[in-house]
Amino acid sequence: MRDKILYFLGVVAFVILARDIYVIARFPAEANQGYAFKILFFHLPAWAAAGTAVTTALVTSVMFLATKNFKYDATAVAATEVGVAFISVGLVTGSIWGRVIWGIWWTWDARLTSALVLWLLYAGYLMLRHAIEEPTQRATFAAVFSIFAFIDVPIVYFSIRWWRTQHPSPVFFSSSGSFPPDWSTVMLWNILAIVMLAVVIVAVRLRQEETQREIDYLRRLAHAI
Amino acid sequence: MGLIRQVLIITAKDLRAELRTKEAVNAALAFAVMILVLFSFAFDPDADTTKMIGGGLLWIVFAFAGTLVLNRSFARELPNDCLDALVAAPISGAVLFLGKALANYLLVTAVELVALPVFGILYNVRWYRQFWPVMLVLALGTWGITVIGTIFSALTVNIRLREVMLPMLTYPMLVPALMGAMRLTTDLVQGKPIDDESAVWLKLLISFDVIYTAVSLLLVETVLVG
Repeated sequence: MRDKILYFLGVVAFVILARDIYVIARFPAEANQGYAFKILFFHLPAWAAAGTAVTTALVTSVMFLATKNFKYDATAVAATEVGVAFISVGLVTGSIWGRVIWGIWWTWDARLTSALVLWLLYAGYLMLRHAIEEPTQRATFAAVFSIFAFIDVPIVYFSIRWWRTQHPSPVFFSSSGSFPPDWSTVMLWNILAIVMLAVVIVAVRLRQEETQREIDYLRRLAHAI
Repeated sequence: MGLIRQVLIITAKDLRAELRTKEAVNAALAFAVMILVLFSFAFDPDADTTKMIGGGLLWIVFAFAGTLVLNRSFARELPNDCLDALVAAPISGAVLFLGKALANYLLVTAVELVALPVFGILYNVRWYRQFWPVMLVLALGTWGITVIGTIFSALTVNIRLREVMLPMLTYPMLVPALMGAMRLTTDLVQGKPIDDESAVWLKLLISFDVIYTAVSLLLVETVLVG
């Protein structure tokens, strides 16, 4: 049953995504940015997916510490891995956009720097997991680190924001925005599609993690006999 | 036995163990001086450049040298299963954490207090013109490094690649604290007092210290006992 729902979600996500790509490809060039603005339709959804993933990781990490149920640990690692992937997508798409519009790949602006620190923190989480053998200890330590990392993100963001920020301010869904309404609609659809895709990947990764745990269990059982 | 006395006993034990061998402190000091020397090749150490990046340089030295001290904090307890004995002792995890953090704090501060005049002499910086504000920033920044370093030292003590993992985990986490300390120190060693604008960084340092001390005290029992 769970598989069927997953396949269904995945197919729906792909259909929406395909339709969005078709629509976005036919958008005219924007007055100031030319065609480069189109990458934003993937940049913003990638960050939406990354944000959803790391928040899920925080919630499941806290749940693991509270219940010691390994289901939550598996969800936390699945969500963090997918989160790191989407943070990478966000960084890379942002960097490509910056190269075209600003003429530089990178600048030490508030959002960019916080995004990079965020990537480093969660990459550290994955490295920490790799370095610990014992499953209970691995799950506990990883959960503690996840909580520390999540708290750090807003502090990093606000501290770096006191420097001058170069990242364009949000133009979607705000009253001062200069984004046409039909573009915003496409953006919303694309956020939906990519977040759905992220959910499907997390679920697939979760299943992999559960299978791994079962294999470990059977191996220990075989050794015991 | 009062909680404060328990904390002080742990601190005294750690300080005694460290001062008998002095291995972490000596290594950290030598390392700090070496980085100071290496940085003189990284840029032209004339008066203007040094003014611009002095604070940053100092805190990089402090963070790097501090890691050497912090790495040893829990690793020292591994031989003879001392860590198990400490966890089994009739004290709470928070007391153990505070005691160790305090010992680390004193050791890291000692290293910094030696490195600071060396920096002043090698780079011709009259850092002592605003002595007490510099000391205040030093105290707050060092507590940030120590509290994060101590909890992660407990986290990484039993794992593979301990020496590499500790800095990998702590430095990104320390970004806000280091940034605040760097900005303030750069201003202060140039003789600029803390004004309304730079007070923001002081508040940042204090909030960072308070938040992470609270979170660490909350989670340390989980880390030590599981």
